[in-house]
Amino acid sequence: MSILVLAEHDNASLKSATLHAVTAAQKIGGEIHILVAGAGAQGAADAAAKVAGVAKVLLADDAIYGHALAENVAKLIVGLAGNYSHILSAATVNGKNILPRASALLDVQQISEISAVESADTFVRPTYAGNAMTTVQSSDKIKIITVRATAFDAAAETGGSAAIEKVASGGDAGLSKFLGQEVQKTERPELTSARIVVSGGRGMQSGENFKMLEEVADKLGAAVGASRAAVDAGFVPNDYQVGQTGKIVAPDLYVAVGISGAIQHLAGMKDSKVIVAINKDEDAPIFQVADYGLVADLFTAVPELAKELNK
Amino acid sequence: MKVLVAVKRVIDANVKVRVKADGTGVETQNVKMSMNPFCEIATEEAVRLKEAGKVTEIVAVSLGNAQCAETIRTALAMGADRGIHVQTDVELQPLAVAKLLKAVVDKEQPGLVILGKQAIDDDSNQTGQMLSALLGWPQATFASKLVLNDNATANVTREVDGGLETIEVKTPFVMTTDLRLNEPRYASLPNIMKAKKKPIDALTPEQLGVDPTPRLKTLKVAEPPKRSAGIKVKSVAELVDKLKNEAKVI
Ligand SMILES: Cc1cc2nc3c(=O)[nH]c(=O)nc-3n(C[C@H](O)[C@H](O)[C@H](O)COP(=O)(O)OP(=O)(O)OC[C@H]3O[C@@H](n4cnc5c(N)ncnc54)[C@H](O)[C@@H]3O)c2cc1C
Ligand SMILES: Cc1cc2nc3c(=O)[nH]c(=O)nc-3n(C[C@H](O)[C@H](O)[C@H](O)COP(=O)(O)OP(=O)(O)OC[C@H]3O[C@@H](n4cnc5c(N)ncnc54)[C@H](O)[C@@H]3O)c2cc1C
Repeated sequence: MSILVLAEHDNASLKSATLHAVTAAQKIGGEIHILVAGAGAQGAADAAAKVAGVAKVLLADDAIYGHALAENVAKLIVGLAGNYSHILSAATVNGKNILPRASALLDVQQISEISAVESADTFVRPTYAGNAMTTVQSSDKIKIITVRATAFDAAAETGGSAAIEKVASGGDAGLSKFLGQEVQKTERPELTSARIVVSGGRGMQSGENFKMLEEVADKLGAAVGASRAAVDAGFVPNDYQVGQTGKIVAPDLYVAVGISGAIQHLAGMKDSKVIVAINKDEDAPIFQVADYGLVADLFTAVPELAKELNK
Repeated sequence: MKVLVAVKRVIDANVKVRVKADGTGVETQNVKMSMNPFCEIATEEAVRLKEAGKVTEIVAVSLGNAQCAETIRTALAMGADRGIHVQTDVELQPLAVAKLLKAVVDKEQPGLVILGKQAIDDDSNQTGQMLSALLGWPQATFASKLVLNDNATANVTREVDGGLETIEVKTPFVMTTDLRLNEPRYASLPNIMKAKKKPIDALTPEQLGVDPTPRLKTLKVAEPPKRSAGIKVKSVAELVDKLKNEAKVI
């Protein structure tokens, strides 16, 4: 059995989501190959070759893979699929965009966002916003799987010495084109891999007020997240959203400020090790999952927290 | 241009879903069902395109048991022109849904198909991508903005991990909706009445030449581990002390 893991990367380096997908591949068992499809992606391939437990890195280096357009990357995967029993990716936006396309082309029913491996053909996945854990068995010849990164530990970044093999480009499908992006530059850690996350909700009242949270986050080395309500209201950009239909996080510490704790929000953070809630409503549902709850007005509690952390 | 929207009937987003005691699924008896919220966004986008004169006809498609007709009625009340109901009691998985939708697309020849990015019950996030693959069309997933250009292309802004990204796709194409694309309207009473007269065609998987047999077998459905509430702290100072000395996370 050989397993192909699609790398999440920015050409220069490997994103940590890939390390979690590698661990899921190890649980399935078999020889693990990582596919790096990119433009000028030698750096990412070098990083992939060092990951513990990886036997081979496939590097498809072509300008057409520069922005991970699904039509092109799926085509590449389909060309390689014959050699593999399993094809995996982390359930990042790219993974969710590309793998179902490859699955349909291979006539395979993908298994989305698995949280556990029971055997080579049986997996557990959260459904209904994480309220039902469903165990499914696949009868397809190739298993195509996206992996919930928070459910698997990261494989060690070093220790491996895989060979890097260049593979031919699959060619441009000619269906779509990248035009541009609006990406926020931040010195803070990535939301999905941060050890601590500080999130704000509708209770923050404005984008301006998020500065208070950022101050606390910077003292803790934390990422900043938000509820859907805060994103919809325009306080913060879309990529801050934590939840069923946003990002799934499971940090050591999650601090929810002015967030009520709707099912859809809990779906994205309830596997955090320690949860803190700051809310002025003592009946807010978020307190039902919080290890430490503080019933207080956030406009006094958050500045106080910043001060207390200075001590 | 004709637009097809796929609308799925799901357990309402506000319902607290319960796993059945025998572990075969979730409780659906006497549970409120609604149109999947992302499909409402899909329908709304189609209606806005029609109101802007860019689209001539909207066809709402749902696949599943008899009650799916109600979900199609909801789309018709929002402004879709007619419905197609692919009737089946078989459990439909995304690949089968995509194959059935492809067969409908082959008959209807729309210039655009809009789907939700994910259904909030099974949370698969696959169907739109699979449909575009089977059609050999471009895919514009997780859309937060759509601009139809005059030269048979469209610019679509997508919600991605780092922020937003804009791509250009050729028409015809498949788009899946993200939350910020629009705010769906509530159907007015006169429009709900009018919707009752709009036609819904019924089809079967056999008529469409598709075998919808599931590929994934559900072995078990279980409740997730419960998290219990911890303690309430009285002050910020106590909170910081607990985090430092008890939980040891800062
Ligand atoms: C299809 C669908 C998908 C969704 N996906 C997501 C998702 O991925 N992520 C997500 O988060 N939500 C999601 N939602 C939305 C979700 O249902 C809730 O509406 C949302 O999470 C509420 O955000 P909130 O807690 O910030 O706002 P609210 O529910 O309005 O809560 C605000 C809280 O702030 C508190 N507060 C107000 N002022 C203060 C103050 N001064 N001091 C202290 N506390 C204060 C209030 O007591 C209240 O508890 C989704 C909904 C649907 C239908
Ligand atoms: C435990 C369990 C038991 C289940 N049992 C059954 C069952 O007995 N019978 C049954 O029918 N289903 C059943 N389902 C649901 C079924 O498995 C899912 O509907 C199917 O896998 C599709 O996944 P999805 O809707 O999450 O796809 P997604 O890819 O998340 O859907 C995205 C979009 O595709 C479109 N779409 C998807 N499905 C349809 C549809 N049917 N009609 C129109 N548009 C659609 C919509 O636009 C939707 O927004 C069950 C699910 C679970 C978790």
